[in-house]
Amino acid sequence: MSTPLKNNIVEIENLSFGYSNRLLHQDISMRFPAGKVVAIMGGSGSGKTTLLRLIGGQLKPQSGCVKVDGKVVHEQDGDGIYLMRRKMGMLFQFGALFTDLSVFDNVAFPMRENTNLPEVIIRDLVLLKLNAVGLRGARDLMPAELSGGMARRVALARAVALDPQIIMYDEPFAGLDPISMGIIANLIRRLNDALGATSIVVTHDVHEAFLFVDYVYFVSAGKVVAEGSPQELSQSAMPFVHQFVHGEADGPVPFHYAAPDYAQDMLGAGRV
Amino acid sequence: MFKTLAGVLQHIGHQVVDGVLRLGYATRFFLYALKMSGESFRRFPLVIREIYFTGVLSLIIILVSALFVGMVLGLQGYNTLQRYGSSEAVGVLVALALVRELGPVVTALLFAGRAGTAITAEIGLMKATEQLSAMEMMAVNPISRVVAPRFWAGVISMPFLAALFSMMGVFGGYLVAVQLIGVDNGAFWSQMQSSVDWSDDIMNGVIKSCVFGVACTIIALFEGYDAPPTAEGVSRATTRTVVISSLAVLGLDFVLTAFMLH
Repeated sequence: MSTPLKNNIVEIENLSFGYSNRLLHQDISMRFPAGKVVAIMGGSGSGKTTLLRLIGGQLKPQSGCVKVDGKVVHEQDGDGIYLMRRKMGMLFQFGALFTDLSVFDNVAFPMRENTNLPEVIIRDLVLLKLNAVGLRGARDLMPAELSGGMARRVALARAVALDPQIIMYDEPFAGLDPISMGIIANLIRRLNDALGATSIVVTHDVHEAFLFVDYVYFVSAGKVVAEGSPQELSQSAMPFVHQFVHGEADGPVPFHYAAPDYAQDMLGAGRV
Repeated sequence: MFKTLAGVLQHIGHQVVDGVLRLGYATRFFLYALKMSGESFRRFPLVIREIYFTGVLSLIIILVSALFVGMVLGLQGYNTLQRYGSSEAVGVLVALALVRELGPVVTALLFAGRAGTAITAEIGLMKATEQLSAMEMMAVNPISRVVAPRFWAGVISMPFLAALFSMMGVFGGYLVAVQLIGVDNGAFWSQMQSSVDWSDDIMNGVIKSCVFGVACTIIALFEGYDAPPTAEGVSRATTRTVVISSLAVLGLDFVLTAFMLH
């Protein structure tokens, strides 16, 4: 199907995970090579965000494992997990900015908490990061004063505050206008290349993501159903990929939620 | 018939088991917050900021309530005591009622309503908007950064608020009894001074307010941290904070009073 990926910084091996009696992922394997931008795509509720939480060690898999830099994440103790997370940055779906802190303090937060840098250097670093996302002038604003796109950019500056090796993006385009979307997509690519990091982008925005990612995994019903470069997948004849890429309402992913026969249901309703 | 009875029993059993489980979670949460408190003392400004939000901003409601409670005590106390010709003892009555009971208890109830709900709503919303998750992903433990400073702020604030409540209450009693009704000023204060004991009355009141401080703050924090991350979840958690804190304060007050009076 595609060329095998090498020099992986994050590896998901035969991972299964679920909540109570529902299995969300079944025997999933993925590779994320250093320096690349890889997208995980799939419909809403297909467990894409959960995968990011598994990589970050916020959840434990039922079987299989996630390896970050060769180390199994769920075998790390509390300190080990925190050490591992210092190499990671994560952009949450709606930014998750601290509402009681200004833009400047939000970006400074990971630096103040995880380093002993003097305040003068923190100031320079924060302004550098804010400049990279174009919001140096918004440093004194509070999160409530920002638009959705601006909040996402501040969160992005905060996610890369400590120059992480791995940057994870949870639905970075959700609820954004086309201009903001383009800005965020451009930033993800530029920051990844400038920092020499690896980016994992969870999204269902095919058209935006296909423009800047290197590799794509399609997830459906708990499994990886397709993978490859955006070019390969654009031309794929696989029914699921075709439906997803072209946004068709019905196909392998049914329009209707599982329900009894329509006619029977309608006739039966009167007799209840 | 049997089916209904079994259903009711099952429901009660479920509620009890659920309650015990939550109590267990809350205890573990409390112990973990204590364990992660080192950061709060190394970076004390974090606690001071929270003392401002929980303690200082509660001052208005505490002081105004105390003034009225003291004034009512003065009126009621005088009304009853003058029938026995001992209206000068109104100062003792006001002071003992406030220092032993009303100071710590009413302060804790007001604290639960003013600061406890604010803590629950804030932490619940931080959870709902993924701020706590974001903190975890930034290698910062939310228990040590968010929960522990608020816990210590509540525990430190409560005895001071209770002391201020008692002080303001006594002043309210003085205004009514001495200034308004005309009870002898010297008798009011001297009887109070000779009858209020440092360890039996004042220190017991301080112990009560410390215990209520721990209970109210940890209940507010736990409810916020445990709230389902939805608007409904946070609103229910906020209500539970007030209900559980109030019941806990009144129940603990009875237990503590029983021990203190032997």
